[in-house]
Amino acid sequence: MSAVTATSPVASGTAAGELKVSYKTPITLGIFALLGVILLVVFGRNGTSVFNFTASNAGAIQLPVVSMPGHLTGVVIAILGVLLALGSGLMARFQRRTPLWYITIFAVVLVTGFLVWASTGIPHELHVTGLLVGALGLSAPLIFGSLGGVLSERVGVTNIAIEGQLLAGAFVSAVTATITHSIIAGILAAAVAGVLVSFVLAVFAIKYVVNQVIIGVVLNTLVAGLTTFLYQQVLLNNIGALNNPPVLKQLPIPGLSVIPIIGPLLFDQNVIVYFMYVAVAGVTIGLFRTRWGLRLRAVGEHPQAADTVGINVGRTRFWNVALAGAIVGVGGSYFTLGNIGPFGANMTNGAGYIALAAVIFGGWHPIRATLASLLFGFATNLGSVLGSIQSPVPNDFLLMLPYVVTIFAVAGFVGRVRGPAAAGRPYIKS
Amino acid sequence: MKLELRGITKTFGALVANDHIDLTVQPGEIHCLLGENGAGKSTLMNILYGLYRADSGEILLDDVVQHFSGPGDAARAGIGMVHQHFMLIPVFTVAENVMLGHEESKFGFLDLPAARARVREISARFGFDVDPDALIEDLPVGVQQRVEIIKALSREAKVLVFDEPTAVLTPQETDELMGIMKQLKDAGAAIVFITHKLREVREVADKITVIRLGKVVGEAKPTATNAELASLMVGRSIDLTIAKSKVKAKEPALVVEGLTIHNAQGHVVVNNVSFQVRAGEILAVAGVQGNGQTELTEALLGLQDRVMGTIDLDGKSIRHLPIHKVLAEGVGFIPEDRQEDALIAEFSIAENLMLDRADGEPFVRHGALQLAYRTKFATDKVKEFDVRAQGIDEVVGSLSGGNQQKVVLARELSRTLRLFVAAQPTRGLDVGSIEFVHERIVATRDAGVPVIVVSTELDEVLALADRIAVMYEGRIVGIVSGDTPRDVLGLMMAGELPAGTKLAA
Repeated sequence: MSAVTATSPVASGTAAGELKVSYKTPITLGIFALLGVILLVVFGRNGTSVFNFTASNAGAIQLPVVSMPGHLTGVVIAILGVLLALGSGLMARFQRRTPLWYITIFAVVLVTGFLVWASTGIPHELHVTGLLVGALGLSAPLIFGSLGGVLSERVGVTNIAIEGQLLAGAFVSAVTATITHSIIAGILAAAVAGVLVSFVLAVFAIKYVVNQVIIGVVLNTLVAGLTTFLYQQVLLNNIGALNNPPVLKQLPIPGLSVIPIIGPLLFDQNVIVYFMYVAVAGVTIGLFRTRWGLRLRAVGEHPQAADTVGINVGRTRFWNVALAGAIVGVGGSYFTLGNIGPFGANMTNGAGYIALAAVIFGGWHPIRATLASLLFGFATNLGSVLGSIQSPVPNDFLLMLPYVVTIFAVAGFVGRVRGPAAAGRPYIKS
Repeated sequence: MKLELRGITKTFGALVANDHIDLTVQPGEIHCLLGENGAGKSTLMNILYGLYRADSGEILLDDVVQHFSGPGDAARAGIGMVHQHFMLIPVFTVAENVMLGHEESKFGFLDLPAARARVREISARFGFDVDPDALIEDLPVGVQQRVEIIKALSREAKVLVFDEPTAVLTPQETDELMGIMKQLKDAGAAIVFITHKLREVREVADKITVIRLGKVVGEAKPTATNAELASLMVGRSIDLTIAKSKVKAKEPALVVEGLTIHNAQGHVVVNNVSFQVRAGEILAVAGVQGNGQTELTEALLGLQDRVMGTIDLDGKSIRHLPIHKVLAEGVGFIPEDRQEDALIAEFSIAENLMLDRADGEPFVRHGALQLAYRTKFATDKVKEFDVRAQGIDEVVGSLSGGNQQKVVLARELSRTLRLFVAAQPTRGLDVGSIEFVHERIVATRDAGVPVIVVSTELDEVLALADRIAVMYEGRIVGIVSGDTPRDVLGLMMAGELPAGTKLAA
């Protein structure tokens, strides 16, 4: 009984020369480092840059305001960036992959350099904590969207309809909360709206095996059209009665919320954000540590194998796509109840598609998809903050920033990740 | 546990896949289900396993009628199946695959330690060497099959079905599997062993049931001869060997030197391979599936990127030529997946026959198809190659596998060839078609064309080859003469070249 030994005698022969680490990452980092040098050294700006770390709502603890000489700091950061890029090149030279944390550090360093450059010689301080808090706020719906996307794709159904689910959640939550005067009812209604969109997707994708991309696009168009129509025909005429929901209050967590930077960022948020933390942790643990997750992933990877061990593929897909819809729907309520209150036509503005990009960039893993969402949220907020403090960067470029980041992220770093094998493929029993 | 099938009938449209099949398997017995491809063996087992519903008939376990609405029911009733295409999830570990569908949980979390212990316990019982934490996709196929067996045993299966289990194994692994099956039998399991390979049947079977065209056509004892079993299988006496004149090989026509191929992931799939094929001889490339044969044949045609080394045909390099020029040099090719790579299923027979000649006369003149010529050509070829079809306008997709392959053969052999490459030319064909294809291949060789036949079936290799090149993990282990004994070839297919083997290259 030794199949392993029987096949091993020559096995060592081909092992050599197989592991080839590509230079793609070092080259990408190198290009960014070079851009950093051009911006920070060649086009370096004279003057001081002022970083303010104190949050606007932090009472007791005041943090120092940091002033930096713009050009000098820029030069230091540029050198650091070049060194980090070279380090990545060295790793590739010695057949080692550049780890994710290394790329993260590189990104943080260069972004800091860009912030210093952009805020040098302007009359305003740069509120760092405010920048981060805003980024988290913009990320929240993306995180809900990408969690739903991860669940749906992991069970084998391509979910392009995240945008539609977010928009449906936003619309229904605003109207429900206005009518019932209950924010909780609004959030629950948003989840139901997401589930309803999911039902349509699931029925057509699983039962009638229609192409999933097409249903997704159609659903997005349908929800956008329907909500805009109702908004203009009904809501605009009855703003007070139908589109005037209460807004969630911040609930600072005692103790934790006074920690500098982290406190206001993470622990002085509203209920939807706290629920988001739970959802991220729950989906992660659930996917990889429970029976539910094992079966879900099995169905998305190899439905026939799941079927042969007695797992009902259609049912598993249907209910998990529905669950994904509920999560995305709650994310939709953040646009209204968690943020500004009333619903506005097409207020999700493509967030669903960015969430979809985060799913892929995050390699279909809930934690990494969350980090990707945070990255996109940060890019968006960076644009608006820099615009508001009169930085020298043109406004149109800043508006473009989140999408540029998306393209680079998905195209540049995604090559090696692999999605669920059966995502988007209907399971047809013969 | 005793398994009994009574009057199982299943139709797909007009096709009767199973026609009142009766079968009884006792505990502690290996019952072989012998039949050609397409005889209805797999359909029957899928019914037994709850994947299909029978139109009529009953399944009984220990004389109790069962009603399976899905594979879960069958598994719970004690039926375990080792599928031909493994039902394992490549990105899961062994333990996760084994526990899937009947997971144990502790406080809501998966109890992986229990699953690992389960895998270790069953492995120890049968002397397997399987790491519960290994990812399936990293394991060799022989070990993956053991995981399938462990999976069935972990659910307390008393009836075990092996569906064509040896198709992916080397002869040595096959022997080991036979040993495992005997062990399971001694432990009291009722075993159904589905195969079309006569040698294996005679080695392990206690009883043999032969199926043809969906019907039980007879039972046989393991002592029956190959010829008796084969004639039961195909319904007439057949000649298993093919008449072949002595090789009159001349000069080397195809010379391959130092061929190395990387796949898209950068792995070496063909590793420094050199060989020659003379005009008028058949070089068979043997080996277990997935050891570089596919890439090798595709490289000859110009279908592979990332190729290093030289490929010379009649003294002229064809390595850098685009595919249409390689074809114009007179290379004929039967790809291993004929439905995917050789034919367009929705096109008619006539259209498929001219697929590679759409760029000039006589099929095309001034950009217009010459339909009259095509009709005449197709009619002739259908006759010559005995393609059984309603007419030349029938779509190829509705033909049987054997007739599809005849269309491919007709197309490739109707050009003037200087090299003929046939990859798995008889995979999935009925015995009658196999005979026909083999005759045509030998005829091509006798016409003085160098021929390369790639096959994973040792029977086919031995029937056709003048010389045999055995591939293992991308390299040629050795090139030996066509009358090399089976056991030597078997060792070579596992990567070992037995000392004292006479090389023929």
